[in-house]
Amino acid sequence: MEKAKEAIKENSMIIQKNMLAKQFHELSQARELGRKVVYTFVPGNLTELILSFDMVPVYPEINALQNGMRKKSGSYIKDAEKIGYSEDVCTYVKCDIGMMLNGNIGPTGEKLPPPDLLLLSYTGCFTFLKWFENLEKMYPGVPVAMLHTPYQEDGKIAPEQLSYMVRQLREEVIPKMEQVSGKKYDEARLKTMLKRSAEAEDLLVKILESAKNVPTPIDAYFAGVYYIGPIFTAFRGTADAVEYYTELWSEVQQRMKLGLGPVTPEGEIKEQKFRLVVEGPPNWTNFREFWKIFYDMGAVIVASSYTKVGGVYDMGFRHNPDEPLESLSKYCMGCYTNMNLPQRVSMLEGYVKEYKADGFLINSIKSCNSFSAGQLMIMREIEQRCSVPVGFIESDLVDPRYFSYANIKNRLESYFQMLEQRKAILTEI
Amino acid sequence: MSELINILKECEDLAFDLHFTAARKWKAEKAGRILTGYLPVYVPREIIHAAGGLPVGIMGAGDRKQIIKGDAYYQSYICHLPRGVIEMALDDNLDGFDGFIFPAICDCIRNLSGMFKLSKKGSFQRYFDYPQNFDPLTGGTFYREEMQKLIDDMVKINGAQVTTDKLNKAIALYNRNRELIETIYNIRQEYPWRLSAVDTYHILRAGLVIPVERHNEMLERVVQIISKERGNPMDNIRVVVTGSFCEQPPIGLIKSIEMAGCYIVDDDFMLGSRFIKSAVDDATADPLGALTAAYITQSDFASFYYDIGNPKGKRLAQLVKRRKADGVIFSAASFCDPALLDRPQMQKECDEAGIPHINFQYHESTGQFKVIKEQAGTFSDSIKLWV
Ligand code: SF4
Ligand code: SF4
Repeated sequence: MEKAKEAIKENSMIIQKNMLAKQFHELSQARELGRKVVYTFVPGNLTELILSFDMVPVYPEINALQNGMRKKSGSYIKDAEKIGYSEDVCTYVKCDIGMMLNGNIGPTGEKLPPPDLLLLSYTGCFTFLKWFENLEKMYPGVPVAMLHTPYQEDGKIAPEQLSYMVRQLREEVIPKMEQVSGKKYDEARLKTMLKRSAEAEDLLVKILESAKNVPTPIDAYFAGVYYIGPIFTAFRGTADAVEYYTELWSEVQQRMKLGLGPVTPEGEIKEQKFRLVVEGPPNWTNFREFWKIFYDMGAVIVASSYTKVGGVYDMGFRHNPDEPLESLSKYCMGCYTNMNLPQRVSMLEGYVKEYKADGFLINSIKSCNSFSAGQLMIMREIEQRCSVPVGFIESDLVDPRYFSYANIKNRLESYFQMLEQRKAILTEI
Repeated sequence: MSELINILKECEDLAFDLHFTAARKWKAEKAGRILTGYLPVYVPREIIHAAGGLPVGIMGAGDRKQIIKGDAYYQSYICHLPRGVIEMALDDNLDGFDGFIFPAICDCIRNLSGMFKLSKKGSFQRYFDYPQNFDPLTGGTFYREEMQKLIDDMVKINGAQVTTDKLNKAIALYNRNRELIETIYNIRQEYPWRLSAVDTYHILRAGLVIPVERHNEMLERVVQIISKERGNPMDNIRVVVTGSFCEQPPIGLIKSIEMAGCYIVDDDFMLGSRFIKSAVDDATADPLGALTAAYITQSDFASFYYDIGNPKGKRLAQLVKRRKADGVIFSAASFCDPALLDRPQMQKECDEAGIPHINFQYHESTGQFKVIKEQAGTFSDSIKLWV
């Protein structure tokens, strides 16, 4: 049994590890191999389109979070502050700028190539705009393709928003990609990729929805960030991604069959005492310690909003090869932080109910206005609509100065006590 | 002279009347009138006017209202403005408003629109998305559709007919408003002692809460009065203040800068009233097209406006030159990502252009100005020493 469990864990992880190693290697060789490099953002990314031009994407947020996990972000942030970036602003931006100031050495220790194109797909976060305006000045002469994604103001994607997006893709983004890559737009190739994207997306949804089971075979937040990795970044649309999700789904099915819980760095969670829905990104600088607090308390995360920043596939969206540009546009507009607050609340309310959660917790990130502004109202709404205990903790993505272990642990312990008491009362009734 | 004092007093009262008494009175005078509140920075007020509405600028509670409930809605690391606005919405300050517009300047304002939606404040709560694509057919079409949504929201309430004629008239009124404000800035550039920065601030801010016709009358009189010599010149340096386009600095801060020996010859405090830099066509068969063209081609530089190809720092340096200013004060609200993320690059541009600068952060209810005054004083002294 122990052996089987380790084998299950290793397989999908090994596949992902190899995919990442290959990608970083390709990046470090991009110049030699004549591959053009596109810097772009995770939410609303156009990975398939980039890959269809044989270009390689780089996601500054991913570098920042990996630098956070590898304890490098603290000094990068300080270096950015030394040249005038305020303590108050998004630490992803400062971490990225600090990394550039230090030679643009990526998280794996290999030098990252400079961009040939800055693709400003500006979805769900205003800071993206500021971030690339800054990068553009640091890489003078590098073309910028702007894709302004309209916000889902009315809680839906309006036809005029869709035509605005498609027009920008046709007239701004694709011509710039053609110019930089020296290749023509190949719609047939894009369609093949979008078909693979949809296959992987189907599998991801099954994996995420497996958490509706009691006990859940996955953790949809801490482990969830690994699960979304390939599909939210450079691999969507590739055969590698389909292979990864096929493998992961078979592992999850196996765990369900055996009645096993999520695998964590500390081992398998034996007793699942609390099922939670979490809103907000995790902290990366102390990720493992953070996760362990939940593990120690027997808390599993059954659904999270963070695993939807790169697409809300569980709400039905799939990339569609039959309408490639429309589908890319809808994808960009559909990402979680591009949804209006009432939509966000309804989605979270649905999660608490459908995933039979005992509680709702917010990890509020100092850096991120896109997520954080309005969260206290979200919390009140969920409390009223779902009648479950709500909790609130604060940290930052990659600034270690804002992760106070003792503080967070204390707060979480009180929160879990509250959940415990409520469970006891409910059992008595 | 006493006429100016009266105007200034009236403007000061209007600027900080957080119950918007004048606006409510205007609405009560005639059936079908509506009040449309808008958050910073810019909305084409012309369309509100043409739809029988009064555009009312909601610039936050400043240091004029104690924030109690608002703090329960916002974490400490979010700027101050939205918590003041929520406090006002939860109290009775915004009662009587028919709808609200939230321009696309940052994620705080964007999410605030959702908070208003969830609390069902007003008949409409519209996020007004500025296109960041400036092709007339792409971004232009989008902008026009955004304006149309606003018109539809208002017409749903009062059934107004928004005609070409009404739009052209509104454009003409706001053209005049912008022209008069620019004239005041031009006079102040040469003779800053004739009207203090604080008085200028009150005059402009008052214009956000009263009908444009009335504001234009006031501005005409102010221009006439300050076209003649008044006050005494001081040995002050001239500065441009930038970064305060949304959450407003407290009056004490503006006063401190002046008292420390700096004439403020340009600023972005009421950027929305000055955002369109030249006259919009007011005799056109397509006024929405004219307003679109104004946004696309005649906008000022701003932190919420995509600047590739037309960098803000360069435009700031040009402004400094045009206003014959000695330096720049970067003054941004704490936790204001748009302003603060622009600052390093803009400072770099200033350095390259040989423009001295200092910076500080504030929040709208800051009460202590000693440090800022000292900083501005040292800045002024150092410039006087070297110029
Ligand atoms: S504000 Fe939030 S979403 Fe935007 S770049 Fe920073 S961390 Fe990402
Ligand atoms: S002060 Fe800055 S961050 Fe705050 S609402 Fe205004 S623009 Fe947004």
